[in-house]
Amino acid sequence: MALIGIELPQVGESVTEAVIGKWLKQPGETVEKFDALVEVVTDKVSMEFPAPHTGTLKSIIAEEGETVPMGAVIAEMDVDDAIAQAAVEASEKQAEAPAPNLVGTLIQGANVGPTGGTFRDTALDDQLAERAPAASMASASPPVTQTMAGRSYSPVVSRLAAANGIDLSTVTGTGRGGRVTKQDVQAAIDAGPESAPAPATTPVVHEGPLGEDRVIEPSPIRRMIADHMVRSVNEIPHAWSTIEVDMTGLVACRTAQRETFRERHGVDLTFLAFTAYAASHALRDNPLVNSSWEDGKIRLKGRVNLGLAVAAPDGLVVPVIHDADREGISGLAKRIAPLVERARSGSLALDDVQGGTFTLNNTGTLGSVLGGAIINHPQAAIVTTESIVKRPVVISGPQGDAIAIRSMMNICLSFDHRIIDGAEASAFMQNFKRGLEAWNTDSELN
Amino acid sequence: MLSEQTSPDNFEKNSRLAGPAGNGAGPPPLNDADLLEMYRTMVLSRTLDQRIWQMNRQGRAAIVASAQGHEAAQVGAIRALDPERDRFYIYYRELTTMLALGITPLELLLGFLAKDGEPLSGARQFPLHGAIDRSRRDIVSFSNVVATQMPQAVGVSLADKMRGEKRVTVAYFGDGASSMGETHEAMNFASIHRLPIIFFCENNKYAISVPLAQQMNIESVATRAAGYGIPGIEVNGFDPVAVYEAVGAAANHALAGDGPTLVEAVVERFLPHTSDDDDTLYRSPEDLEGIRDLDPIPATEKILRASGVLDDAMDEEIKSGAQTTVNQATEDAENAPFPEPHDFYEQVYAPGSPGDQS
Amino acid sequence: MPEMTVIEAVREALREEMERDTTVFTMGEDIGARGGVFLATEGFIDQFGAGRVIDTPLAEASIGGIALGAAVNGMRPVAEIEFGDFIWPAVNQIIGEAARVRYGTQGRRTAPMVLRVPYGGGVRGGLFHSQSIEVAFAHQPGLKVIAPATPYDAKGLLKSAIRDDDPVIFFEHKRTYRLVKGDVPDGDYTIPIGQADVKRTGSDMTIVSYGLVLHYCLEAAATLAEEGIDVEVVDLRTLRPLDTGTVLESVRKTSKAMVVHEDTKAGGIGGEIAAVIAEEAFEDLDAPVKRLAGPEVPAMPFSPLLEAEFMPSAEKIATAIRELAAY
Repeated sequence: MALIGIELPQVGESVTEAVIGKWLKQPGETVEKFDALVEVVTDKVSMEFPAPHTGTLKSIIAEEGETVPMGAVIAEMDVDDAIAQAAVEASEKQAEAPAPNLVGTLIQGANVGPTGGTFRDTALDDQLAERAPAASMASASPPVTQTMAGRSYSPVVSRLAAANGIDLSTVTGTGRGGRVTKQDVQAAIDAGPESAPAPATTPVVHEGPLGEDRVIEPSPIRRMIADHMVRSVNEIPHAWSTIEVDMTGLVACRTAQRETFRERHGVDLTFLAFTAYAASHALRDNPLVNSSWEDGKIRLKGRVNLGLAVAAPDGLVVPVIHDADREGISGLAKRIAPLVERARSGSLALDDVQGGTFTLNNTGTLGSVLGGAIINHPQAAIVTTESIVKRPVVISGPQGDAIAIRSMMNICLSFDHRIIDGAEASAFMQNFKRGLEAWNTDSELN
Repeated sequence: MLSEQTSPDNFEKNSRLAGPAGNGAGPPPLNDADLLEMYRTMVLSRTLDQRIWQMNRQGRAAIVASAQGHEAAQVGAIRALDPERDRFYIYYRELTTMLALGITPLELLLGFLAKDGEPLSGARQFPLHGAIDRSRRDIVSFSNVVATQMPQAVGVSLADKMRGEKRVTVAYFGDGASSMGETHEAMNFASIHRLPIIFFCENNKYAISVPLAQQMNIESVATRAAGYGIPGIEVNGFDPVAVYEAVGAAANHALAGDGPTLVEAVVERFLPHTSDDDDTLYRSPEDLEGIRDLDPIPATEKILRASGVLDDAMDEEIKSGAQTTVNQATEDAENAPFPEPHDFYEQVYAPGSPGDQS
Repeated sequence: MPEMTVIEAVREALREEMERDTTVFTMGEDIGARGGVFLATEGFIDQFGAGRVIDTPLAEASIGGIALGAAVNGMRPVAEIEFGDFIWPAVNQIIGEAARVRYGTQGRRTAPMVLRVPYGGGVRGGLFHSQSIEVAFAHQPGLKVIAPATPYDAKGLLKSAIRDDDPVIFFEHKRTYRLVKGDVPDGDYTIPIGQADVKRTGSDMTIVSYGLVLHYCLEAAATLAEEGIDVEVVDLRTLRPLDTGTVLESVRKTSKAMVVHEDTKAGGIGGEIAAVIAEEAFEDLDAPVKRLAGPEVPAMPFSPLLEAEFMPSAEKIATAIRELAAY
């Protein structure tokens, strides 16, 4: 048993003191919790103060008729040690005065009843405390879908990245589902640029003797290319068409799978493999584009032999991947790599350059964004794939239009207008475009 | 001398107590010149009212609630009050009241044509809505919602009483507004606090299309005064002198500190509720026939002629003078520009206060 | 600096204003001898007399209308609507009339009146003593709408409201009356209407709130600070005109925003704040603007567990903050 003081509780709003009325228990009496202990009179209420604990009333400190401030000890009780301990803790908790502030402090236990009284239902305190926070509050927490992560950026992230030249595909996201957060991009900005050399800022002034014209003898290959080009332009009525392709998914796919691809196939996963794949399949579906004008007739080619324009040391060469439409991405990648290598090293075999039915020219590697290529005579068309450029574009989604940063690429077709009209050219281009836009990080590379 | 038909002596015949008697003595008796001036105002009001109605039918005045049939009641009430001292919480059928308080035909026409310079709301509101500059007259008509002016007028009256100002507030309303809860709340509060206010009901027997019998199961609005412990007077609203007597007694009652009075002037509505209404849909030809028989304007003319105050020449001068005034006002109003939205964002909040957009 | 509860701050503000200006008077149900059901006018009838402390009949429409009329006629009435839930009969006079007096008369009449409106739940008030009704009034141009959360703000803003020349609806959250105690400076001071207040600064997200729930937001923010989430808490204080500048400034800094209120969600203040952020600070957002608001049921139920289901709490707010922080 322990002796504790019984404090006059706060009863009624804005009441600071009370008059002690008749004591309903006398010292020595056993008191059950909630037994009426003493009458308390304030200018607001007259009430019976119930005993806060079970125990024995030991002594009365505030006598009948005495005016005492709220919180004053008015009696002492003998109670169980556990009760005493709890009472002391509660008292200490109350005694911790809140730091003076204008925001205010919540008074534990204070309340206003339904119609202005001082009612407070204490019966459920424990029960309510034990309950998990109710889900009733109408909080909208949009789930961040897996596909959303990594592909779309919040306005502030996009803005900061653009303003600071951050390539967001290189930033690791720490948000939900790997989303790049403002903090992530800020960290990237703070880390500074990775390796980009500072552009020369001092203008160079050329000195020495004034230049004179020089005449050089073209190499045989140069001469052959020249003749070939003239013939093509003279003979073939060229027409052109350009469309743009959203390469965002393809870029993400390549980024995501490049490493595993190399491990599995021993060869780099290049953009050329994707474009060659898409072009080959588009050609199979559009045979007019894979044809030749021969003596007033159109020869539809039975095979898709895809020529790849390669800048070799001596000039342009066009090695050919025969039956390219029969390969998957990995097959094309495996065939392209040695072929390009042979072209650059000048070690192409005759078979490597014969039988092409269509040419794919990857001018994007040179930084070009738009081209009008000359058709590789006697083929019916040539397509260029231009630089992949990140641009703000309007995309349509279920929520309406939005502006997004996308990796965009132009593809430009030059075609023989004797064989092909705009409609056929467009059909091929759309097919090609679909083939390039069909990829995402999870795509399976055959 | 005033004729027997319309004279203070005849007040008993043309009005009756419908509640406890008031303590206020009657107003001073009217003389022939007073009645002649009231007649002039009624003729001007009728002439202007007819013009406005015509302009509606010409597609120039968007909406009109005609006061035709209410002229005697309105002119009689104002005659018993002090335009400079008292406060007028009117409702929308108060053309004669406005003229009697000194608002000009041109100013009123500017309102009906929604023109710049309209003196109540700058033509933001329907005609006859808003407020006249307080320095000129305390005339207020905020709203199209019936009976909202009732507790507001009580509040106005309460403020006067709190400050000890000797003024009468008049809350105008129709039989339709008598059905609103706010009318009850207003009369109840005014009675409790013995406020210097007159509840002036112009009972034209129709709330738009709903006849009196479907609005109340009692004989008159004024009998409700008993329920508030205030004097109630029902008066023939075609008799301007009887209305003057009743309102004058109510004003004296109020100024003596004895509280409100409910005055009910029974009138007729000669035209439909508004220019957008068609009263033949709900009033029988028999009902409509004959309501003009007791038209107060020719009746007053007859009395004035009988007493020798008015002769042909003077009557011609009054009527053609009214016509000339209205014609000139019409021309001026038509030539006035519509207001530009230059102050469109002003007067939402006090100038310079939070939220002010001007 | 003396400590006061919200109800004491309200009482002191009104008392000081009535002492300062004889045109200020108060009217309402049970405000005389009873001192108001919440005791806001306790002792007033003895100090100022029945002429300036007017017990009205139980008739809200005329409380609104009579206050309006007195205001138009040169007084500064402070009318108490006993419970916000009872205000609807007076809406005709407040929204229909008072809000339009200045505009509808082209400034020829004004209505410098205050309606004190105890509102909100968490007091076991059930359907008709718990309503959050502030948004209906915040929608109305011509009205000013205030909803303070602290004793300091309550006193300073009520004084501003009484001195303001436009109709002001002053919402006092019933549960804050005796729950919130804070320091209030001695003497006369005012807090400008239409200015929000940053009650806690932080960098990770902005919480916008007002009234009782603001305190729960501050509790939640304190909890989350221990978890490393740094929350800024903006107290709107005035719901019309909204201080969008303070909100936007905060959101531009933190890039994440959540509005928390006890009132139900659809068409609430939160929607307005979210729209302003979307319109004005879109480029600064790093997450969707969230609203944590009362559930879409027509009223707060009476029984305690049902009431708790409705009411916001620091725990519910903390959960929502964690979710937004993780976005």
